[in-house]
Amino acid sequence: MNRSRLVFLLPLLMFLIIGAFLAVGLGLNPRLLPSPLIGKPVPEFDLPTLEQPARRVGHQDLHGQVALVNIWASWCVSCRQEHPLLVELSERHGVTIFGINYKDARDEGLAYLRRGGNPYQWNAHDLDGRAGIEWGVYGTPETYVVDRQGRIRYKHVGPLTRERAEQEILPLIAELEEET
Amino acid sequence: MIGEIGQFALLLALLMALVQGTVPLIGAQRGIQSWVATAHTAVTGQFVFLAVSYVCLTWAFITHDFSVSYVASHSNTNLPLMYRISGVWGGHEGSLVLWGLMLAGWSLAVSRFSKGLPAVMAARTLAIMGLVSVGILSFTLFTSNPFEPLFPVPADGRDLNPLLQDPGLVLHPPMLYMGYVGLAVPFAIAMAGLIDGRLDAAWARWSRPWALTAWAFLGAGIALGSWWAYYTLGWGGWWFWDPVENASFMPFLAATALLHSLAATEKRGAFRSWTVLLAISAFSLSLLGTFLVRSGVLTSVHAFATDPDRGLYILLLLAVVVGGSFSLYAWRAPAVRSHARFDPVSREGSLLANNVLLTVALAAVLVGTLYPLFLDALGLGKISVGPPYFDAVFGPLMVPLVFLTGLGPLLRWKRMSATEISRRIWHTLVAALIVGAVLPLLLMGSTTVMTSLGIGMALWLAAASLRDLWSKLAHRRRPLAGLRKLPAAYYGMLTSHLGLAVLVFGITMVNTFESERDIRMAPGQTHEQGGYTLRFDGVRPVQGPNYDAQEALITVSRDGRQVTELRPQKRVYWVQREPMSNAAIRTRFSHDLMVALGNPMGGGTWSLRVYHNPFQAWLWFGSGLIVLGGFIAAADRRYRLLNVVAREGGTDPARESGASRPATAEGGPS
Repeated sequence: MNRSRLVFLLPLLMFLIIGAFLAVGLGLNPRLLPSPLIGKPVPEFDLPTLEQPARRVGHQDLHGQVALVNIWASWCVSCRQEHPLLVELSERHGVTIFGINYKDARDEGLAYLRRGGNPYQWNAHDLDGRAGIEWGVYGTPETYVVDRQGRIRYKHVGPLTRERAEQEILPLIAELEEET
Repeated sequence: MIGEIGQFALLLALLMALVQGTVPLIGAQRGIQSWVATAHTAVTGQFVFLAVSYVCLTWAFITHDFSVSYVASHSNTNLPLMYRISGVWGGHEGSLVLWGLMLAGWSLAVSRFSKGLPAVMAARTLAIMGLVSVGILSFTLFTSNPFEPLFPVPADGRDLNPLLQDPGLVLHPPMLYMGYVGLAVPFAIAMAGLIDGRLDAAWARWSRPWALTAWAFLGAGIALGSWWAYYTLGWGGWWFWDPVENASFMPFLAATALLHSLAATEKRGAFRSWTVLLAISAFSLSLLGTFLVRSGVLTSVHAFATDPDRGLYILLLLAVVVGGSFSLYAWRAPAVRSHARFDPVSREGSLLANNVLLTVALAAVLVGTLYPLFLDALGLGKISVGPPYFDAVFGPLMVPLVFLTGLGPLLRWKRMSATEISRRIWHTLVAALIVGAVLPLLLMGSTTVMTSLGIGMALWLAAASLRDLWSKLAHRRRPLAGLRKLPAAYYGMLTSHLGLAVLVFGITMVNTFESERDIRMAPGQTHEQGGYTLRFDGVRPVQGPNYDAQEALITVSRDGRQVTELRPQKRVYWVQREPMSNAAIRTRFSHDLMVALGNPMGGGTWSLRVYHNPFQAWLWFGSGLIVLGGFIAAADRRYRLLNVVAREGGTDPARESGASRPATAEGGPS
């Protein structure tokens, strides 16, 4: 009798286990997906810049320094949210930031930079999102840390938080600066 | 002003739900007739107030009342009327009000159609639904108030998400919610049965039409969602095993198992405690689905309203509802176990095997959906489980399931000789498998083992179902007159099973033979695919009610004759400037041709994506039959006659609870 009663407790136990995981899951961020590109050279691209259509930039321009690559768009609300932080990283901490402007109209992208400040060295203008596909963009904004050899070392999906910038990105940049 | 009325009505509805959830329960326990009767009054009151609240929210959308924050963030003065009405459920807050309204609607239906049921049973069922309603309405009012005022009032709204501005929004969510919420009825009936200690044939027969109706709505919702995802690019096609899709599929699998288990409980008194468990699980899974979709614990391409704070509330709700009901189950179910005996080869045996397969399939989907979350929570890294896992696990499970679906109705209750049944079916099975191997070769010119097996099983199911119908008629003197004698429940089953055969055929063909090409075309160029010649005649700008679009003109011809023109569009909505691609589809009996417009490549050249999907329409036709079968079965006269039977069964609220009631005459030997 006792053992057969226990069987009827099984559903409850299973639910409690699943429920505990769900509770833990609430505190996690599923957007921090690993990128298959980590450790790999940045994907090849060759795009006009947002600022001057005649000037072209590409993957070879990411060689030679440790830098952040930020993928953004003027229509993206969460980009606006992280933008002040990027400006601060660039001005206060001297971080080199390159932008890839994703599926945006040129004048709107430029207006966005005039309004919010321009933390970027240059912005590649990825009008049709083709470079975005190469980079495996889930959604804007995304931020990558690229080392001197032009390899991707870190990826963040979604708006950058101050916490993450201070605890992970800045130390990582400092560490990569040491590498030769 | 309209916002305040709506909010006040919502508050009154919550109070009504509180009354509905408590007073009848106490009344039933203490045997106070007037308290028991309160359930019906409270149900009506709750429904009326929720309807008022819902109409207020809709009115605010229609009249562009941007002083309501929810309207301002989900509408715009240029939004067409159709999307202003359906925009009410286009976001988190409004869809909760719809949820609540539907729950109240189902409660009202239960209250209206429960006249012949023991008063105490009906009161407890309604009270359980009232308690669920309390949870949903307080969640709405306290964390996600749709009537939140906005000041200063903006000149215009931020518009509905362009992805949602689609006829799919009008149909898919209401159907899906009807299914999700409808599962609350068999859940509440099961809980009332547990409290009462009464899980007999009458109980099962009362539960069946509700379970069938909810199941049919849920199936319709899933099929509509699949159809919407099919023609919307970027959602991974008609089925992607995305968490949100799985969230709706899991309760459907549980409800399917429930329907079949209920049949055995009603006819033979078998599987009682298992049936109750399925009734609880089906509704629990629909709540879990709500949690997964709205809390943002899993990433999905379809998640539109995620917020971790709300997630906590839903998790608490989940803990109370699911934890509470499983505790009650652990406490009361041992007393109501059934002792019906049957041979492995029998109708019960096949229903049991069906339940096992459906449950394993359900567990596979649940594990695949939650696995990334488990690993992440344990700090073992982040992964995503993709379609390869689900295809590998789900496909092989479906083969025996479809086989059993054809076999089950041919078996007799309790016992059947294995030699007799194999003598009767072997030629049908062999013929189905042979035709299954040959048919893809004839139609498409090639095949694989799984494809032939899939087609063979679909043919087997169709042939076995039709043979069963024939055998039911053949022994009559006038077979056609016999058609009218068969109960609606039988026709419902037949329709759904034939629908499953059509669906399996379609899925097998699409999965094996679909073709997809990315091409670039200059005006005047042609492309050949699936026997069609597509000529690209350039792109021109067009304007919609609230968007600008580039529209391509593609002339489609076959064997040198023009058959149609396809006009895929690339839209940019005025307010939220995200670009959207609207594909153009030509649907035929044996295939779909779909063209999506990509990006300009310079010099008038554009990139295009062309799909040729054999037998795609069979998916929608098969799903439609499955759903139709559910509604036909739910309309069976027997379920309405139940009222008379139950009345004879008598109502004795003072009956000692806890004791298992002996099975009625038609129940099995106990």
